Amino acid sequence: MEHNVCFSVRDLDIRFGAVHALHRVSCDIARNGILGAIGPANSGKTTFLRALNRLNETQDNYRMSGSILLEGRDINKDFKPEGLRRRVGMIFALPMPLPLSIYENIAFGPRRQGINDKRRLDAAVEESLRSAFLWEEVKDRLKSAATKLSGGQQQRLCIARTLAVKPDVILFDEPCSGLDPISTAKVEESMVVLKKKYTIVLVTNNTKQAARVSDRVAFFLMGDLIEEDVTDRIFTSPKDKRTEDYIVGKFG
Amino acid sequence: MRWNNLISVAAKEKIAFGALFFITLFILAPVVVVLWIIFKNGISAINWEFLTAMPKEGMRAGGIFPAIVGTLYLVVGATVCSLPLGILAAIYLSEYAKENALTRLINLAIVNLSGVPSVVYGLFGFSLFVVFLKFGASIVAGSLTLAIMNLPVIITSTRESLKAVPDYFREVGLSLGASRWQTVRHAVLPFALPGILTGTILSIARAAGETAPILFTVAAFYIPHLPHSVFDQAMALPYHLYIIATQIPNIPNSYRYGTALVLILMVLLMNLVAIIIRSKFRRKYKW
Repeated sequence: MEHNVCFSVRDLDIRFGAVHALHRVSCDIARNGILGAIGPANSGKTTFLRALNRLNETQDNYRMSGSILLEGRDINKDFKPEGLRRRVGMIFALPMPLPLSIYENIAFGPRRQGINDKRRLDAAVEESLRSAFLWEEVKDRLKSAATKLSGGQQQRLCIARTLAVKPDVILFDEPCSGLDPISTAKVEESMVVLKKKYTIVLVTNNTKQAARVSDRVAFFLMGDLIEEDVTDRIFTSPKDKRTEDYIVGKFG
Repeated sequence: MRWNNLISVAAKEKIAFGALFFITLFILAPVVVVLWIIFKNGISAINWEFLTAMPKEGMRAGGIFPAIVGTLYLVVGATVCSLPLGILAAIYLSEYAKENALTRLINLAIVNLSGVPSVVYGLFGFSLFVVFLKFGASIVAGSLTLAIMNLPVIITSTRESLKAVPDYFREVGLSLGASRWQTVRHAVLPFALPGILTGTILSIARAAGETAPILFTVAAFYIPHLPHSVFDQAMALPYHLYIIATQIPNIPNSYRYGTALVLILMVLLMNLVAIIIRSKFRRKYKW
């Protein structure tokens, strides 16, 4: 198991000012799998996700203790934030293309790493769009505005944009909350393909989505990680009564 | 029957829209009248000599060339001093500074500074640049005074434009592995640029027309030559206008209005440039 661990989270405790968002959470995240984080609103699952790429730090009143190791290296001590985020990409809840062309949205990450050679950028753009199953739909209008795409296409564009940075891990923060069922299916499909090359952490409000795509599931409730196990076991025989109640829909 | 039912909804709407339309006209009217009076009385004075010659016969004849040049110098000088400083300060305050007592104090100070009367800036510039730093009454002192007067306006408008860029642009930039500065530079600044440019150019246009700040710091009654260096005094349009309107008898009225017309045209030209730049960037970065 040890060599297969991507993230190793120990006693992660997070506060935003007076709000105690996460209570001493510990878990391992396996490489090349999908960990689904489920739980009701304000359960701390998004805070957990944003701790993995240190995006919580943008908040002024953020304080954390505990440790998160990425392949043995402490992400808060051994990485610069931008170095970490190049290895740990993120897809947000709403599709958020920048108001630039499709091409420039995807070239954003590579350009910030100093890649300005047109041939290399062209190749990166095409490869990323293909991996996100968007190339065929947009290859003739790479220069047109990304904001003109449909919601589902925008979200796949955001996936492509993240892939262009060449991360090892991709964090999905409720990526389908604004999408119709067909677009949702396409995003889920791409996640299942992507896990062959990437480690994926998926935060979702949709318990069924977690059941469909994840290999393991973590259930968060009011800042506690209640349990984390193989997907089948969480959904068929959870250890904790609260997990069962949430899954069958008694609350949340 | 109640009054309410006497007139139909459509008629009420017509009356309301009519009232709004006339209020708009009412507000517009003084501006149009002022512009028209200045144009009508001043246009006859404007010719090539008026724009390019030195004043003659105690400013009762000749041109206003040195005043135009002086104003241009002052505007350029004030812009060069205040623009980089103001934009960088705004970027720091909006993107880097943490929310605490000190930044709140700074913000309060900036808001209050933009409300300080311009004559106070004039006195401040006089005591700091002219007397204390021994620049004398000079283009440097005048430009710096105008720059300081402009700073709060530039900082405020730049900060508002930066704040108008949604936070998710920053998160997206950071999440794609950009450093903090790269995120500001490439995911925030381009989209705030139209607003920043509009605000700053408008403040510069305002500086071109100010009289009080240059009164003690640079403006000369009359100099028979153009300034030789930035440490020379200079004539400037607003002050020149004040002089020929109040201090010099027997001057043709068209000279006064002509000078005002040139000043207004310069300011309008700068505003036009601001609008063109803004629309150009709006088209490029639309969201």
